[in-house]
Amino acid sequence: MKDAFGIPQSLLVLGGTSEIALATVRRLIARRTRTVWLAGRPSPALETAAADLRAQGADVHTVAFDALDADSHEAALGKIFAEGDVDMVLLAFGVLGDQARDEREPAAAVRVAQTNYTGAVSSGLVAARALQAQGHGSLVVLSSVAGERARRSNFIYGSSKAGLDAFAQGLGDALHDTGVHVMVVRPGFVRSKMTAGLEEAPLATTPEAVAAAIELGLRRRSETVWVPGALRVVMSALRHVPRGLFRRLPL
Amino acid sequence: MPADTVPVTGWGRTAPTAACLIRPRTYEEAAAAVRDCGARGGIPRGLGRAYGDAAQNAGGAVFDMTGLDRIHVIDAAAGIVLCDAGVSLHRLMEVLLPLGWFVPVTPGTRYVTVGGAIGADIHGKNHHVSGSFSRHVLSLELLTADGEIRTVGRDTPLFDATCGGMGLTGMILTATVRLQPVETSLMTVDTERARDLDDLMARLTAGDHRHRYSVAWIDLLARGATTGRAVLTRGDHAPLDALPRGTRARREPLAFRTSRFPAAPAFLPEGLLTRTTVGAFNELWYRRAPRARTGELQRISTFFHPLDGVPHWNRIYGRGGFVQYQFVVGHGQEDAVRRIVRRVSERRCPSFLAVLKRFGDADPGWLSFPVPGWTLALDIPAGLPGLGTFLDELDQEVAAAGGRVYLAKDSRLRPELLAGMYPRLDDFRALRAELDPRGVFVSDLARRLAL
Repeated sequence: MKDAFGIPQSLLVLGGTSEIALATVRRLIARRTRTVWLAGRPSPALETAAADLRAQGADVHTVAFDALDADSHEAALGKIFAEGDVDMVLLAFGVLGDQARDEREPAAAVRVAQTNYTGAVSSGLVAARALQAQGHGSLVVLSSVAGERARRSNFIYGSSKAGLDAFAQGLGDALHDTGVHVMVVRPGFVRSKMTAGLEEAPLATTPEAVAAAIELGLRRRSETVWVPGALRVVMSALRHVPRGLFRRLPL
Repeated sequence: MPADTVPVTGWGRTAPTAACLIRPRTYEEAAAAVRDCGARGGIPRGLGRAYGDAAQNAGGAVFDMTGLDRIHVIDAAAGIVLCDAGVSLHRLMEVLLPLGWFVPVTPGTRYVTVGGAIGADIHGKNHHVSGSFSRHVLSLELLTADGEIRTVGRDTPLFDATCGGMGLTGMILTATVRLQPVETSLMTVDTERARDLDDLMARLTAGDHRHRYSVAWIDLLARGATTGRAVLTRGDHAPLDALPRGTRARREPLAFRTSRFPAAPAFLPEGLLTRTTVGAFNELWYRRAPRARTGELQRISTFFHPLDGVPHWNRIYGRGGFVQYQFVVGHGQEDAVRRIVRRVSERRCPSFLAVLKRFGDADPGWLSFPVPGWTLALDIPAGLPGLGTFLDELDQEVAAAGGRVYLAKDSRLRPELLAGMYPRLDDFRALRAELDPRGVFVSDLARRLAL
């Protein structure tokens, strides 16, 4: 069960090698979290992540999970929820893609969309139903500021996050007053292996800062969290910039 | 999920979870509700004054007991009442005071049910004299997970597991309670101020035995030399000849009068209770208390239940809610109390309800909270940054001093610390495993702490 500050005792991460997710789990283990399910494609990286978290004193299990294989989600997540209550599900998988290549190869672009959006729709709905049945829990969805307004430089990724973001908001409304809390997290540019080699955007942040914002959001039962918080203002201004001008901005 | 699934929280309004709310009106309906409550079980709930998650059951059933509210028998000669578990202490006072009887133990609110009073084994300002509520319970009827109604007498394991058992042994249907005789419905109250914590503890130690009721309000925002300054209030039931002749009070000495202010509005902004506002309140509260006054006549509601006059006062903490922290440490552990008071003061927690009192002898309930010693209770807004970690540190102090925190108020204890605080926990778990192998009676508190 969560405590009065929204800190979970058991936690399921979809996308178990995500740096933001692991920073979040480390932070939560330091508070109350004792049971962690790391779901992802079987890999040495997943096992290393699990071993790292075990060293912190948590009871960590790894589970095979493939965002692209929507048909398997029901069974994969069902098994976890059958073991006991999950106080928080962190939906953290996602790929950035390579905008230039993805524009040339539509099949690659579709893979980005399927991972980031379709995979989240299917696993998000499965998780939401399980959380609703247990009458409590948080579903934390890692969206992105890129979904707030699509930019020329990464609109394939951005559009997939826009879909995910809209889906998660609607799901949150659907689950209002069911005891289940849906929180959409919109980080800006996060310095991580996903963005390694990319030019840093203004207001860049770190996985640890996102983790801290998630903990605060859990306590406040927030519906949306921006990291850093200043992005809320910046993005709400950018959203209203006219197309012609927006196109010419160096973003 | 059924259509009557609603979000449920405790009085502190933190950590809501959804449950199917069922309100039985008869014992048959109660038995049916327990029988049909489904895989996620059920938990009885009274008037929802437990601060944390003791009367919540995520995804399962919550049995609202306030529909079972009959007073069956009053033996006005012997001072014994037999009533349903859903009867509130407020109702008992209304009925019993005109007959010259008072409830044996009342907490800071009248709006608790008899079932809740037993389940949490509540204590009051008279603990040093009268013990906890269960001391005055002669027997009770318990609907257990197997659907049977058992009569549970004193000095049985089931009685000791149920008193303070947080509703997890079964559903209390009725209780027989011994009452306290009174001549009037007024209190004679002595008030004095203590300039710091040592002064306060000395006064409590020296004078508690002279009064039936005793409590100290502490200003936890006072720092430095005035750390722990307090207003000490002690009282007794006023005898008839203490009431002035020719007054209305003298003509109707047993009338039960209460005052009621408008309810707190449903939506209040976050951060109403800051260090500044609470500091100003505390300053005023301390200053307006007389340095020393004796024999003041006060109504029962004024002396015992000042906050009951403001319905929904818990809303003043805003949407984020609040946590109440109450611990007890034994006599001889005064230093732990001093350390904790100093830490709370230094941290500047905006707490305007902080109460220190001395407990008397413990009662046999396995998970009953009171033990002889010092108990401090404080309310803090849940949104205070770093509060979770801070309270974890206080838990360590309490555990190291051999003390414990109160489950009826808890919403955040680390499960690892529980067994050290409650040595009979394993007995409790074993009895539950035998009595209720399918885990029919379960709550969020039970899941969180693995009770």
